[in-house]
Amino acid sequence: MPSDPVGTEPEFKDTDPLRVRLMPFLDRYGILIVIVVMCVVLWALQPDVFLSWRNITNVFKQTAANGMLSIGMFLVILTAGIDLSVGSVMALGMMTLAVSSASGVPWPVVLVLSPLVGIAAGFVNGVGITKLRMPHPFIMTLGMLFMARGLANLISGGVPYSGLPDPIRFLGSARIFLGEVDGTRLNLPVVFIFTVVVYLVFWVLLEHTVFGRRLYAIGGNPQAARVSGINVDRTLIIVYSICGCMAGIAGLIMAGRTNSGFPNAGLGMELEAIAAVIIGGASFFGGRGQVLGIFGGVLIMGLIRNGLNLNDVSSFWQQILIGAIIVLAVFIDVLRRDLGTRH
Amino acid sequence: MSERTEEAAQPLLEARGIWKYFGAVTALRDVDLELWPGEVLGVVGDNGAGKSTLMKVLSGLHPPSEGQLIFDGQQVRFHSPRDARNLGIEMVYQDLALAGNMNIAENIYLGREPKRRLLGGLVSLFDHRGGRELAKEHLDNLKIHVKSVEQKVEELSGGQRQAVAIARSIAFQARIVIMDEPTAALAVKEVGKVLDLIIGLKNRGISVAIISHRMDDIFHVCDRVMALYHGTNFAEAKLAETTRSEVIGWVMGTKENAKEPAHHRAE
Repeated sequence: MPSDPVGTEPEFKDTDPLRVRLMPFLDRYGILIVIVVMCVVLWALQPDVFLSWRNITNVFKQTAANGMLSIGMFLVILTAGIDLSVGSVMALGMMTLAVSSASGVPWPVVLVLSPLVGIAAGFVNGVGITKLRMPHPFIMTLGMLFMARGLANLISGGVPYSGLPDPIRFLGSARIFLGEVDGTRLNLPVVFIFTVVVYLVFWVLLEHTVFGRRLYAIGGNPQAARVSGINVDRTLIIVYSICGCMAGIAGLIMAGRTNSGFPNAGLGMELEAIAAVIIGGASFFGGRGQVLGIFGGVLIMGLIRNGLNLNDVSSFWQQILIGAIIVLAVFIDVLRRDLGTRH
Repeated sequence: MSERTEEAAQPLLEARGIWKYFGAVTALRDVDLELWPGEVLGVVGDNGAGKSTLMKVLSGLHPPSEGQLIFDGQQVRFHSPRDARNLGIEMVYQDLALAGNMNIAENIYLGREPKRRLLGGLVSLFDHRGGRELAKEHLDNLKIHVKSVEQKVEELSGGQRQAVAIARSIAFQARIVIMDEPTAALAVKEVGKVLDLIIGLKNRGISVAIISHRMDDIFHVCDRVMALYHGTNFAEAKLAETTRSEVIGWVMGTKENAKEPAHHRAE
């Protein structure tokens, strides 16, 4: 029998430099600190407007679509993949919805069309990546980026459609009246509740289901996942389908908010989603990140936009700032990996 | 316990006439192997001799191009490692096949997660608590001590990772554990602990096939040793009936009566 147990040594010794010991803490709460600091700064700059109910709910309304794209993107990035097609797929879902609604399809059918189109596009992505053995998800989803955008233009003739029935607009534009405080009417956007519910569902999925834990395993070591008997191909197809579905839901939200469908919708939004996911603490190398972090990443993107708009800063500066933050976020990821392999 | 080998009527696992081609390359040529119940078999050979390929055939990762696998007297065919695992054949890979971003308990149960069913089986949730408790008990049984089963595997030392990989392999009624260079990447002081773990498996009646370059490992834990050379069976012997220098000679392709290594003679 084994006489001498395989022992262990404490991983973080008291002699470690401060930044090493601080890292796990920052890893967990860093995003929260950033959000609080941003809120304080914005509030100091615009004390009357920023913390108003109207402005806060606006931030959530404007970020809801990105929130849907980002959570789908997170699943994909968790498996060390990427989905460049979500912006186009969102537009395709939106146009399918708008065109079919305009041609008299009953609303209950129209309601599910956009998510279904998204699932179909994601399924094609997943099958392409696994079964056609594309060298990288980048290639397959880049192809889908063009195909979905082309299809969105094709079915709509490249022109916007406006005017949608109320049930379709409900998710993107409805508000629930909460009450009146000091003469201000407090309305809660339905899409805010929806976003919170979606994130809760994804949290349960990733932390507490076998499927979710296996995504982390695939991202951490695909070979280990494979030899453990996990069907990696099937799992990836499901992941890209879910990502597509979320893009479709984003299309539904966007259509509801703007009361229209326009084939240019979602241009560049795949990059915003990727940015939110990376800022939210996920790793491009896969296997790392939490749902709450992604929620924070989406919120940070929304706050930047909102804060700069409130302070009349040009949108060009917004781009520069978001770009710089992405670089910073990935640099932090690199530092984190250095610490992980410092033995 | 050492009588077990003599008592058993047939090998637990037998490979007969295994050939394995990878494109134009022939990795294994007509290789035979026997693994008896409760024995530790050492597999030696130079780089490229086909040791790893043979082990991957036994564990179901590579289907053989030709030849038969016989488990417990029955001919079997593995389409994936899962098929082999269902019979109790587990492999500990050279690169360990652990997910560093996940904790010890999750790694031990990867692919066979403990579940909690809710809403009449509609939702199946990962049983984090059950997994932790099972993993802790399992590691305690093996006398593998870790700070916490919730520690991430990437935070462990090489020896601890190897111990987790071995613990993982016998978490579910393993009858055979195949190990590819279990001590190659370890610090010297950790090697002994891993070898003790292997002897622990043998004492539980588990058969072990182990690839190693270290004669110290082979002569410490094995009952029998077989050598492959250029993808063929070259020699084998009970450990008591051979010596280190003879086995080292086999790795280089020489038998005791030959004066020069085989690759010199061939020229």
